[in-house]
Amino acid sequence: MTSLKVKIVKILNEIRPEFDFSEPIDNFIEAGMLDSFDIVTLVTTLDEEFEISIDGVDILPENFATLECTVELLKKYIEK
Amino acid sequence: MDLKFKNSKITGILTILPKREVLFEDEMENYNFSIQKSLKLKSAMGYNKKRIVEEGTTSSDLCVFGINYLFENEILKKQDIDALILVTQTPDYIMPPTSNIIQGKLGLKHDMICLDINQGCAGYIIGLNQAFMLLEQESINKVILLNADVLSPKVSKKDRNSNPLIGDAASITIVEKSTEETKVFSNVKMNGEGAMALQIPAGGSRLPSSPETAIMKEDASGNFRSKDNLVMKGDAVFNFVQTEVPPMIDSLLNKSETNKDDVDYYMFHQPNKFMLNKLADKIGVSRERMPSNIVGKYGNSSGVSIPTTISDNIGNKALNNKYKLCLSGFGAGLTWASMIIDFGHLNFCEIIEY
Repeated sequence: MTSLKVKIVKILNEIRPEFDFSEPIDNFIEAGMLDSFDIVTLVTTLDEEFEISIDGVDILPENFATLECTVELLKKYIEK
Repeated sequence: MDLKFKNSKITGILTILPKREVLFEDEMENYNFSIQKSLKLKSAMGYNKKRIVEEGTTSSDLCVFGINYLFENEILKKQDIDALILVTQTPDYIMPPTSNIIQGKLGLKHDMICLDINQGCAGYIIGLNQAFMLLEQESINKVILLNADVLSPKVSKKDRNSNPLIGDAASITIVEKSTEETKVFSNVKMNGEGAMALQIPAGGSRLPSSPETAIMKEDASGNFRSKDNLVMKGDAVFNFVQTEVPPMIDSLLNKSETNKDDVDYYMFHQPNKFMLNKLADKIGVSRERMPSNIVGKYGNSSGVSIPTTISDNIGNKALNNKYKLCLSGFGAGLTWASMIIDFGHLNFCEIIEY
């Protein structure tokens, strides 16, 4: 697992400690592991942790549905 | 739609807040959330306290109280009022218009216009536009714009999407002709295809309130509400705001030939801190110039949130100073509307309690 993935898993596990986000899951939202308020907390944490500001138009459930989607989104801002 | 107005200005704002204060923590147990998660939500959204009315208090009660305060303090004279615009989603009755009720309670002259407008979070800009349009008439010199929303009785206490943020309030804005050469730039957009993103399903002609509409049901996220309660598709509203508002502000700055740094404050509607911070970042202005403190201090009072933000953040300073403000409201309708206005040297700008 890449260091970026490890960091995201750590953040997700802190937001919803009752789940293990390192397990392969098809869709966190459909699986009931993340809701819209969790995504708000996740975005706030990612913004602070990586000193970025994720654009409001990117705050869509599909961009946080899996670990891979979240990594892809994050890369867009980190590489800016 | 671009709108432009000349030779009119705002000369005073009074915000009326209910005395009753409710803390986020007081209602935390109502939600289907762990305490830890609720507190995270509180921090991210900027929720804290809200003001709500006592049972039985209506929009007109808050407005009449505020206007009488202005009469008693000799800030406003009865005979000078040529038009009364009330923007509200919570009229006292389906009929008659609440603005007429207010006129009657205050004993205002008959030779005037009373007008109710049903708009929500964009209601301040919509009301100001209407006031400026009326002032283009020779016979109208002073318009009283009332914004009032008493939505707390319509919100389920077990709905974490809406209950933590909804507050009640009213505001009175005096708009009048000016001898100074003033220019106001405004832009309004509406999309009725998204109208049901923010709604109260029952209580109108389509679905009259009944014992059946009062039955509480649980939604997929664990919120309980009935069809008599306000329902908000938070994700859809958030996305609409983030997509539509920044280009509207860019366009308005462009049309008014205003540099974004020349705007002293971006006084926006106050849904939550998270949404406002994202808007500030996207528009490219510092978060300090876009206050987001009102939802946590008094609650989100729909169309009253912009005048509350102004009164709370620059109330006293606005008596002796001038500012260039960019106002923006967005919500029910869907409606989004913005304005660039020179503001200041007011006769009054304060908050009172009911």
